Amino acid sequence: MKNVAAMTRLERGERLIRLALLVVAFSAVSILLVITLFIFTEGTPVMFRYGLQKFLFNLDWFPLEKTYGLLPMIIGSLFVTAGALVIGVPFGLSCAIILTEFSSRRLRRFLKPVIELLAGIPSVVYGFIGVVILVPFIRDNLGGPGLSVLAASIILGIMILPTIISISIDSLEAVPRSYREGSIALGATRWQTTRMVMFPAAKSGIIASIILGMGRAIGETMAVIMIAGNAAAIPRSLLDPVRTLTSNIALEMGYAAGEHREALFATGVILFIIIMVLNTIANLTSKRRTP
Amino acid sequence: MDKVLRQPSRPGSLLFPLLALFGLLGLLCACARGSGQRGTVVAGSTSMQPFADHWAELYMREKPGRVINVQGGGSSAGIQATREGAADIGMSSRELKPDEKDLLEVIVARDGLAVIVHPRNPVADLSLDEVENIFAGNITNWEVLGGAKHAITVVTREEGSGTRGAFQEMVMKGSRISRAAIVQDSNGTVREIVANDPQSIGYISLGLVNERVKAVRLDGVGASFENIENKKYRLVRPFIFVTKGAPGAAAQEFINFVLSRPTQDMIRHDGLIPVFRE
Repeated sequence: MKNVAAMTRLERGERLIRLALLVVAFSAVSILLVITLFIFTEGTPVMFRYGLQKFLFNLDWFPLEKTYGLLPMIIGSLFVTAGALVIGVPFGLSCAIILTEFSSRRLRRFLKPVIELLAGIPSVVYGFIGVVILVPFIRDNLGGPGLSVLAASIILGIMILPTIISISIDSLEAVPRSYREGSIALGATRWQTTRMVMFPAAKSGIIASIILGMGRAIGETMAVIMIAGNAAAIPRSLLDPVRTLTSNIALEMGYAAGEHREALFATGVILFIIIMVLNTIANLTSKRRTP
Repeated sequence: MDKVLRQPSRPGSLLFPLLALFGLLGLLCACARGSGQRGTVVAGSTSMQPFADHWAELYMREKPGRVINVQGGGSSAGIQATREGAADIGMSSRELKPDEKDLLEVIVARDGLAVIVHPRNPVADLSLDEVENIFAGNITNWEVLGGAKHAITVVTREEGSGTRGAFQEMVMKGSRISRAAIVQDSNGTVREIVANDPQSIGYISLGLVNERVKAVRLDGVGASFENIENKKYRLVRPFIFVTKGAPGAAAQEFINFVLSRPTQDMIRHDGLIPVFRE
C-alpha cells in the first residue's frame, strides 16, 4: 500500500519533469522559429518591391540611393568560401588521414583535442592575426592593398580546419575494422588501403565535414570584416578586396534605417537560404552513411 | 529517452535545478522591468560618441544623481531613435537631411575632416578636385599626383556613416565614391589601414589625426584648428544634438552643460572646434 503511493508520487514527479523539459526544449525550437519568421517578414517585402531579379543580379550597392544590388556580395561570399575550401580541405583531409591511418593511438589522443581547441579561438583573434601578420605580408610581397580575397581565404581556411578534421576522423574511425584488415590481408599497402578502401567507405562523412566547414566559412563575419577590405565590387583578382553577405549586414546594420535596414534583412534572407541548402545537403549525405 | 525516464529516479534531484532556472528567469524579467529610470539617453553618431562619453562623465561628476546614457549606432540611427522616442537626444555628425528637419537641432561643436595618407607618401598637397577624382576612382595611380608609380588604395567609410555623409556632401558633390574602395566601419580602422599601407588614402575626424598618418593640405590649406577658425579650411562638419520638439528638463540641462563655456573650452583639448553662443 505504502509502496504504491510512493510509486504514484514518483510517477507524478516524473511527468512534471517531462513537462518541464518539454517546455524548455520547445522554447529553444520556438526561438529559432521566431528568428526565421522575423528575418523573412522584415526582409522579403523589399526584395519583391525592388524586384527579385535586380536584387540578386544588380552590380550596384548604394543603399542611400535606393540601389540594392547584392550580386557583388553573393559572388564575394562564394569566392571567399571556395578559397577557404581550397586551403582547408587538403590540409584538413591530410591531417585526418595521418591521424587515423598513420599514427599511433597515443599521438592521436594528444593531437585531436589540440585541433579541436582551434575551434575555440574567437574569430576576432583570427581576424587580428590576419590584420597584423597576413595582410602586411600579402601587401608587401604580392601587391595590392593586402586586405583581399586571398587573406580572407587563408584565414577562413584555417578556421574551418577543426570542423573538417574532427568529423573526417570520426567517419574514418567508424569504418569497420574488417575492411582495413581485409585489405591488408589481400596484400594492399597502407596507403592503398586508405585510398581505395577507407576513403570510399568514409566518403559520405567526409563530404558532410566539408559541407559543414563550408557553412562555417560562409557564415563567418568578424574575421572577414577585418581582413577582406569590404569593397562592394566583384573582385577581379585574388588580391582585390571583397565583401561577403555577412560583412554587408554587420558593417551597415548600425547605421541603417528604413528601406536600407530592410535590404540588410533581405541580405540575411539570402544568406539563410544558402546555409539551409548547405545544411540539408550535409544531412542528406551523412544520413546515407548508415543505410 | 523514454528508457531513461522510466527508470526510477528521485524527482527532486532534477526538479530543483529546473525550478531554480525558472526562478532566475523570473528574476531577470523583474530586473529588466525594474530599471525604469533609464536616465537621459543620448544616441547616434559614432564619431561623436567618445566626446559625448567624456561630456557625460564630467556632467555626472558635477551633478551626482543624474544619469546620462550614451550609445552609438550612427547618425541616421540616432536621428531615427530620437524621432521614435527611444533616445532623448540624438547625435548627428552630418547636416540634417530635408526630411529630418522636423527635429530640433543644436550645434554643440564642429569637427574638421582630414584627408590622410601614409607619412612616407611624398604627396602632401591635393586640390579638392583631385580628392574627389581619387575617391570616385578616376585617378588611380599616385604617379599622376607626383607620388610613386603605384596604384592608390582608397579607404572609405560604410554607407550611412555620418563621416561618409559629410565627406560625400563636401567633397564628392555629385559623384559616387568608387565601388572598389575599401570599406571600414570606424575612424580608428581607417587610420590603422592608412598608417600601415603606404599607398592608401582615407578621411577621418581631424581630432583623431596622429603622428602615424599625415593630413594632406587641401587647395594649399593645411588641416589645422587655426585654419578652420579663420574659415580657410573648408572640410568642416557640425556635431549636432537633435531632439524631438523641445527637450525635456533633464535633456535641456545636459545640452546647456555641453554648451557652457568650461565644457566648450575643454572641447578644444579633445580635438574639436568649440561653438560659442553670443
